[in-house]
Amino acid sequence: MSAILQEQVLNVENLTVAFDENKVIDSLDFSVQKGEVVAIVGPNGAGKSVLFRALLGLIPYLGKIKWAPSLKISYVPQRFNVEKDFPLTVKEFLHLKSKNYANIVSSLESVGVTIKEQDKHHFEHHFLNQRLGWLSGGQLQRVLVAWAILDNPDILLFDEPTAGIDVGGEETIYNLLKKLNDEMKLTVLLISHDLNIVYKYASNVLCINKKKLCFGRPNDVLDPQALVKLYGGEAGFYKHEH
Amino acid sequence: MDSFYLQLIVAILVGIGAGYLGSFMVLKRMSLVGDALSHVALPGIALALLWNVNPFFGAFAALFLAVIGIWALERKTELPSETLVGIFFTLSLAIGLLLTPEPELLEALFGDISAVDRVDLLVTVVSVVGIILLISSINRGLVISTLSKDLAKSMNISVDKINFLFLIMVSLIVALGIKVAGTLLTGSLVIIPAAAAKNVSVSISKYTMLASIFGALASIGGIILAKIFSIPAGPSIILVGGIIFLATLVFKQR
Repeated sequence: MSAILQEQVLNVENLTVAFDENKVIDSLDFSVQKGEVVAIVGPNGAGKSVLFRALLGLIPYLGKIKWAPSLKISYVPQRFNVEKDFPLTVKEFLHLKSKNYANIVSSLESVGVTIKEQDKHHFEHHFLNQRLGWLSGGQLQRVLVAWAILDNPDILLFDEPTAGIDVGGEETIYNLLKKLNDEMKLTVLLISHDLNIVYKYASNVLCINKKKLCFGRPNDVLDPQALVKLYGGEAGFYKHEH
Repeated sequence: MDSFYLQLIVAILVGIGAGYLGSFMVLKRMSLVGDALSHVALPGIALALLWNVNPFFGAFAALFLAVIGIWALERKTELPSETLVGIFFTLSLAIGLLLTPEPELLEALFGDISAVDRVDLLVTVVSVVGIILLISSINRGLVISTLSKDLAKSMNISVDKINFLFLIMVSLIVALGIKVAGTLLTGSLVIIPAAAAKNVSVSISKYTMLASIFGALASIGGIILAKIFSIPAGPSIILVGGIIFLATLVFKQR
């Protein structure tokens, strides 16, 4: 598909974020088209989460962040602390966003939590009425994605979707995001540390380490030099051939 | 009204309010804030006694100022509330101890519910109903911002406003609690019922409800025991709360 025909949903120009005169993000430019999956990669402390927070308007910044008008943005932060003993059920958690049971069921189905008619009781008792903190890492991520898509957003900002999940579970979450991206035309911005995943799922990759180091299709821009520049020569990684 | 029933009703209402509000304080990891915050009431009580005003208003005025102080400092410095509270409020306890006239010191420190009158009853009814209505109305924002501040802000929930209202309600319940349990023990009125409810609740609706019920039960048990054994009601209520907490440990959810 030609990029020219696509609709721009986000345009960032000369974005700078500084904490106490310390530049965490330095004159960043990029844009996102509708329906893209953009992966943001970079070393720890590169400003990835800060970028999300600036995009959401949670912190002050300099420069321009322009979202397409009347977009519905959904965000899943990285540090989502549900302690094991936090008394909140899955159902109550989802209710914080929508009281519509049919919507809840359908977004849970979209994330692969299926409810068979004969299992209704089981589903209510062992899933919806369980504490959120008792879910496994993978299940919790699914619920977070379900929460994020509950109100049919146009854009999903997902900070490290697979932190704390085993490798198998990781694949599932990315497959899921990709599926939602295909089916719902959901534009996805995600922060990731796994370059293999970026090759497999992202339409564009934005590498940052305070400044923009590369931006474009993963196969075009993630060459060895770019990786050395990004991670300082420590990235033991080779390209995924298709 | 018989003084015993007056005491009982005031204590039950305070127990319900403290349990309900306390359930959110425990979730927000502010358990000790109520404890330390109650100390700041002492200078307010002292001044109220010196000027012949109902000590509740002195306590509330002092707490209100303190809470505005914490809220502003928390926004400016990002220091956790607990640190701020810990520093400033032991200082005010010291000042309060110096200011409070000696005959009233024991009452201010440990509470004396036998001294409640109809004005106290009215103040308690209005405050507790107000607390429950207000907290129920900001319940959703409170829970989401407890889970993640950024998440709440990204959903256009005004976290600062919610925290401010919450802290004002905390100062109100602490001011009420001082009548029952005094500046030294009021913190436990807030923490114990919530901690007990957390042991046995899976859902937040059950948790907040049980915290209020446990608060009420501790008050009923405490006032009755105080009457039977002629002991001060404040410590007696706290002890019954402690027994409820121990009992819930047996049924603790994982």
